[in-house]
Amino acid sequence: MTQHNRAKSGVFTPSGKIQFGIFFQGVNSGTIWKAAESGSQTDFESFRRIAQTAERGLFAAFFLGEGLRLREHLGRPHALDVAGRPDAQTMLAALASVTKNIGLVATQNTTYNDPADLAHRLASLDLISGGRAAWNIVTTDNAWTGANFRRGGYLDHADRYKHAEAFVETAKRIWDSWETADGPARRVLHEGQHYTVDVTPRLPRSAQYRPVLFQAGDSPEGRNFAARQADVIFSAHPKFDDAVEFRKDLVERSLAAGRGANAVQIMPASEFILAPTAEEALEKKQWVRSLQIGPQQAVAYLEQFWGRELSDYDPDGPLPEIDPVVEETSETRGSGFHGAKARQLADQWRAEAKDKGLSIRQFVSSKTARIDATFTGSYTAVADQLAEYARVGAVDGFNISPWIIPTGLDDIVNHLVPELQERGVYPTEYAGKTLRENLGLETPVRSADEAAEAVRAS
Amino acid sequence: MSTSSIKPGFLAIELDGAGWDGGDFASLGEAVLAAESAGFHAATFTDAPVPGRANALQRAAFAGPVTRSIALVPEVDTVYTEPFHVSTQLASLDYVSGGRAGWIATAAESPEAAAAVGRSFAAGDALGQEAGASIEVSRRLWDSWEDDAVIRDVATGRYIDVDKLHYVDFETPADFAGPAYSVKGPSIIPRPPQGQLPVIAGASLVGPGQVPADAVDAVLVTAPTPELLAAEVRDVRERLGESVAVIAELDVVLDSRGQAAAERSVGLDGARARYAGSAAGLVDFLAELLKEADGVRLHPASLALELDELSRLVLPELRRRGALRPPVQDGTFRDLLGLTRPASRYASAAAGAGK
Repeated sequence: MTQHNRAKSGVFTPSGKIQFGIFFQGVNSGTIWKAAESGSQTDFESFRRIAQTAERGLFAAFFLGEGLRLREHLGRPHALDVAGRPDAQTMLAALASVTKNIGLVATQNTTYNDPADLAHRLASLDLISGGRAAWNIVTTDNAWTGANFRRGGYLDHADRYKHAEAFVETAKRIWDSWETADGPARRVLHEGQHYTVDVTPRLPRSAQYRPVLFQAGDSPEGRNFAARQADVIFSAHPKFDDAVEFRKDLVERSLAAGRGANAVQIMPASEFILAPTAEEALEKKQWVRSLQIGPQQAVAYLEQFWGRELSDYDPDGPLPEIDPVVEETSETRGSGFHGAKARQLADQWRAEAKDKGLSIRQFVSSKTARIDATFTGSYTAVADQLAEYARVGAVDGFNISPWIIPTGLDDIVNHLVPELQERGVYPTEYAGKTLRENLGLETPVRSADEAAEAVRAS
Repeated sequence: MSTSSIKPGFLAIELDGAGWDGGDFASLGEAVLAAESAGFHAATFTDAPVPGRANALQRAAFAGPVTRSIALVPEVDTVYTEPFHVSTQLASLDYVSGGRAGWIATAAESPEAAAAVGRSFAAGDALGQEAGASIEVSRRLWDSWEDDAVIRDVATGRYIDVDKLHYVDFETPADFAGPAYSVKGPSIIPRPPQGQLPVIAGASLVGPGQVPADAVDAVLVTAPTPELLAAEVRDVRERLGESVAVIAELDVVLDSRGQAAAERSVGLDGARARYAGSAAGLVDFLAELLKEADGVRLHPASLALELDELSRLVLPELRRRGALRPPVQDGTFRDLLGLTRPASRYASAAAGAGK
């Protein structure tokens, strides 16, 4: 089936292939900075090396996160995890000059950016990179983050997707605004609850028409938003059964949104710990985990739910008997752990740890989210596992968070990729020059509505 | 910085138009490399709202990894942009260029720019105030991580020393003409390689009630004709003092490929002083001008044609006459301007963020 037919079809058809993206996280607890071979998180050389390694492994995309406010723990910047990262689009523009094919994905929020400015910068990146840019849409909205921006916190959490959708549609109109490759540009007007836009866009369409859209929300609202607007969803469901379930759900939502069953691709976040044999991989995993969750990280993990200092507690002892001082957990700001009922959670966890005989450190190791996202094993066993994902079309690829910078993709590119290629489930060359071509996405068609709107507005 | 007439100067070139030939940006890299090999000390990137021009800061970033000695200096507006984003973007440019970034801080006087982001149109003194505030935010955020804040201390499990991170707590002054705002900090990126990027602004934007002279490292000076330029440079230097470098702005049209400059100038207009003539005449003119100005920024009429003439006939002769500073391989933009690397303003503070 051609790509065009696949995208339009009402029935989901597996492509039989998977692709890889790399997510250079910048701020996270997964990077084992304590290892001797761990490199800089900010020097350009780290980014260049990992992007070029990914390109050697025919990765579809290189992702960067966005920093809006430095994470805090108990009211001060968080000290234990890697932190400090460059502006995504500036770094990607630089990487565009030392890479040829890999897609360049910038995470950018819809609350603390202006639509006309962000759409212009993304269009710039798309032109500079020869049609390789993408936008990973996020909707961070809290006032704590807003303290770094002109408008402060202004958006209700409940309104964030409504706002984001108007933002994305305005951006699409801006990217649609040139009549032909040579212009003229048509004026784009938007008057919304939170902003007004009146702009005559400066930039033409790129080699891939406009930036590819990624989206990462997982709530029902977030999934519907992705089904309506996105090209790829950066999902949180890498486990096989979950992935199959998520695909089914997303196909239904895409069809309900009037798009084809294959219109939205899925790339879950994932981590790979690989070695020649299963035993070595397990050993490596223990080493990686011990560096990801050291004694201080284990205690700090509990502190964010307890809302108080717990540094007097032994990381190798039982969970604290003392109760949390907060109603809702919010003490590590910017980490996405807000809002759980603290006391209830503490009771539950103490019981669970006691039952299983786990220390603080062991318990925290069992709780962190990446457990479900990790593929551990020999190169051949993991390749077999991924081939099954490809066969049933559980995902379109994996977005890999390396646990070490900048060498974290070496194993994958040197050993896993060739195994996958042998199994016929991984590309053996880049399909084209643009990200859209390499992902097998349809080229958008300038909508008749947009053309008419543009004429009215001009 | 000094006015000394014996100190050699520097030359910058505006690369507007490079990389715009229907969307192929390979030519942008080529143009910046050509400017670097010609011996230009700095390349600037205008953000003028011209159809087809990609974002100036991104064009500079694209050039970072493929060059080695040329300073990369984009224009970034201060009125209709987010100061926090601007600061992070510029710090990131400094990382991708290995410390060769600078900032031409502009203040868009444009109803179109205001309408694009749904803000009220700012004019008059409000422009200088917006620029002053945005520059202050950037400067504070660049200092908000002390140089050695990333400690990677395995024994205590600390990646950063929190005492070396600082809230900047910027607030616009009470008499601020635009909408008031505040920025909390710290930055989300460690201190840029240069510590502080050199900041450049148009001389007309700098002065009492606008951008304070001590907020900028250099100013751009224009005059209606080449004859008036040297006097204007002297006036500005007198007004702003010795601590601010003065860069003269000059449009350039040269005799090229059998076509006389006068002929090539027909139909060109602009507010800047324009030199139109032979390469030899330009050498003489610049050698004189560089006795007054610390640097000159050239705006070539045609990048391809002028860059060719400049690199063959103008820069080598100026260098031979000792009018130009030798380019510094792996040097920073601060090095070029003769600026030392400053300590963070927060470095001596007893307490870190959150204390």
